[in-house]
Amino acid sequence: MSETATPRRTLIKGAKILGGRPQDVLVENGTIAEIGSGLPAAGATVIEADGRILLPGLVDLHTHLREPGREDSETVLTGTRAAAAGGYTAVHAMANTFPVADTAGVVEQVWRLGRESGYCDVQPIGAVTVGLGGKQLAELGAMHDSAAGVTVFSDDGKCVDDAVIMRRALEYVKAFDGVVAQHAQEPRLTEGAQMNEGTVSAELGLTGWPAVAEESIIARDILLAAHVGSRLHICHLSTAGSVELVRWAKSKGWRVTAEVTPHHLLLTDELVRSYDPVYKVNPPLRTETDVLALREALADGTIDIVATDHAPHPHEDKDCEWGAAAMGMIGLETALSVVQHTMVDTGLMDWAKVADRMAYAPAAIGRLAGHGRPVAVGEPANLTLVDPAYRSLVDPAGFVSRSRNTPYKGRELPGRVTHTFLRGRATVTDGNLT
Amino acid sequence: MKRHLISATDLSHDDAVLILDTAEEMGRIADRPIKKLPTLRGRTVVNLFFEDSTRTRISFEAAAKRLSADVINFSAKGSSVSKGESLKDTALTLQAMGADAVVIRHHDSGAPHRLATSGWIGGSVVNAGDGTHEHPTQALLDAYTIRRRLAAAGAAGTDLAGRRITIVGDILHSRVARSNVHLLHTLGAEVTVVAPPTLVPIGVEHWPCAVSYDLDAVLPKSDAVMMLRVQRERMNAAYFPTEREYARRYGLNGDRMARMPGHAIVMHPGPMNRGMEITAEVADSPRCTAVEQVTNGVSVRMAVLYLLLGGAEPAATKETHE
Ligand SMILES: [Zn+2]
Repeated sequence: MSETATPRRTLIKGAKILGGRPQDVLVENGTIAEIGSGLPAAGATVIEADGRILLPGLVDLHTHLREPGREDSETVLTGTRAAAAGGYTAVHAMANTFPVADTAGVVEQVWRLGRESGYCDVQPIGAVTVGLGGKQLAELGAMHDSAAGVTVFSDDGKCVDDAVIMRRALEYVKAFDGVVAQHAQEPRLTEGAQMNEGTVSAELGLTGWPAVAEESIIARDILLAAHVGSRLHICHLSTAGSVELVRWAKSKGWRVTAEVTPHHLLLTDELVRSYDPVYKVNPPLRTETDVLALREALADGTIDIVATDHAPHPHEDKDCEWGAAAMGMIGLETALSVVQHTMVDTGLMDWAKVADRMAYAPAAIGRLAGHGRPVAVGEPANLTLVDPAYRSLVDPAGFVSRSRNTPYKGRELPGRVTHTFLRGRATVTDGNLT
Repeated sequence: MKRHLISATDLSHDDAVLILDTAEEMGRIADRPIKKLPTLRGRTVVNLFFEDSTRTRISFEAAAKRLSADVINFSAKGSSVSKGESLKDTALTLQAMGADAVVIRHHDSGAPHRLATSGWIGGSVVNAGDGTHEHPTQALLDAYTIRRRLAAAGAAGTDLAGRRITIVGDILHSRVARSNVHLLHTLGAEVTVVAPPTLVPIGVEHWPCAVSYDLDAVLPKSDAVMMLRVQRERMNAAYFPTEREYARRYGLNGDRMARMPGHAIVMHPGPMNRGMEITAEVADSPRCTAVEQVTNGVSVRMAVLYLLLGGAEPAATKETHE
């Protein structure tokens, strides 16, 4: 993909902005120049939207790009290509790489690789503690001051379980309006844990992962954040109890935000009965009750955003017995379809709310400039065009990601991203990467 | 019957009774001077053990050999094979060797299920114990032992309807308990599990059994009491305070045995922790069936291999004199 091959003017005709009435959108020099009816097509590449939905480019607050260190599962390039294919124009790269993104050097490397990829902006997340070890704060300020401009910090994959370290991190990042994104998992309660603790784990003889292991950390962190007046973001909420805690925190006016993954909006621990490790994920798939609570919370705003937790793994790490398998599933290329299926087609949310939960709000939490902006004149042309009427069976062979560990193989999902624009340049046209 | 035996829930009531009846026939062969049938001649049974269990392995080996099958013992424990993908690679090797049945013991719950459903091998899979999931042939030999002891003559064709079976010990981590609860329920028994609450899984309320924390209350109403092995190391994870306290509250001693009905039996899958879940007095009493269970294990495993591999013709009609 090169800059010169991209025309400077693009006219998107008949697009339903956030699901509204069809309008034309003229993009010029990376910016939305004009919105209206019957806009002149002269000199522009014309895209017949034909009533498809136009959304702001999606923003993911939780992506594992695996580079540096695990390029066998994903690279910044393959991951950002997958992101573009899924309608994303910006992703936040998690810090659990090898080496860990706990220094200015590593976050700048990831940031630079993202810029070179050209498919999607990459905003690195910095580790909270050195080596994700949970003992000593990483140089949070240096990472913020680096070219990468880190504002989100997370030891994701590991929980910052030491209450003092968590308190200090929450306080420290206030100096630059940062936020700590906590992977809430009480380590002692989840030693050897393999799946949600409940009816299914009792039958399958797999070590249980109790909801309380997530909820107890969330409760503690909410109180810590309230005490020190800091921003707290909670990664991948998975239980109905966690929803209640966040609802309570918000009712107090405390600055707590939360995310849910697409897979926790759709899948339950019943799937683990197959012992197929494609369903092994952290936090684990929960019950139908939890799924319904998460959907309701996303719709009413208790949960602020959808984040993919895109976690690529090579084939051999899933082609084995459950206990030996890696945790995680890929999600960038299916996220919008799962959200349409679980939230829009069910009537729980309209497309305007989708834009909020998948673009505006994640960009706002990450303090990410230039993304998550309204589809309006003068705004950067980070845009996603979606065909909601499209239906297909998920075929991993067609994925752009280097990995194939999707839990949706063979499942019918609605919707397709036909075009993605990054500052006016098409990264996806007619469903294909440019 | 299904092609694999992974879980006791794979067995219908009729399947289970058929296995027990077939095991009776197999048991009679063991009393003959020549303990061999030609039934599985030319078939290959692989014992694939990722976890040490000499008792279970030799039981399956004896069962397969008495049916004239070729037996290959493949012990993956302690070799370079310990990481995940090895199960697949090992399976592909066994497939290449033409295994008709793979008897698998594995430290991970679900490994036999994975082996049977992943397309790695074509033969039957028999679960010889997986993690903390199931051990269906142990449950079958337990049911067989109960039926023989309690129904005596004329047991063939009968189930365990109305029998009150109590399973005591580390229910949470026990594959023997999981398989027994399902199988004994399928056979019509009323099952009660007894343990300290720490050793009962969350979600047990959906099991087809009753739960009690009070051994003394359950003993007088039990036709069979199955004592599970309790690992001493559980104490270190605070499942119970001390061995002494465990033995006092949940161990079976002579006094407690005396409160069981006269006909009731004491069972143990072995190996026993004498002084922990069972005292020597009980273990060595004629009411304890532990040794019989070992003998019955071979008959039951013969029946399982025969029914999975041999087809439908009667088992014991053709006697061999080689
Ligand atoms: Zn996480």
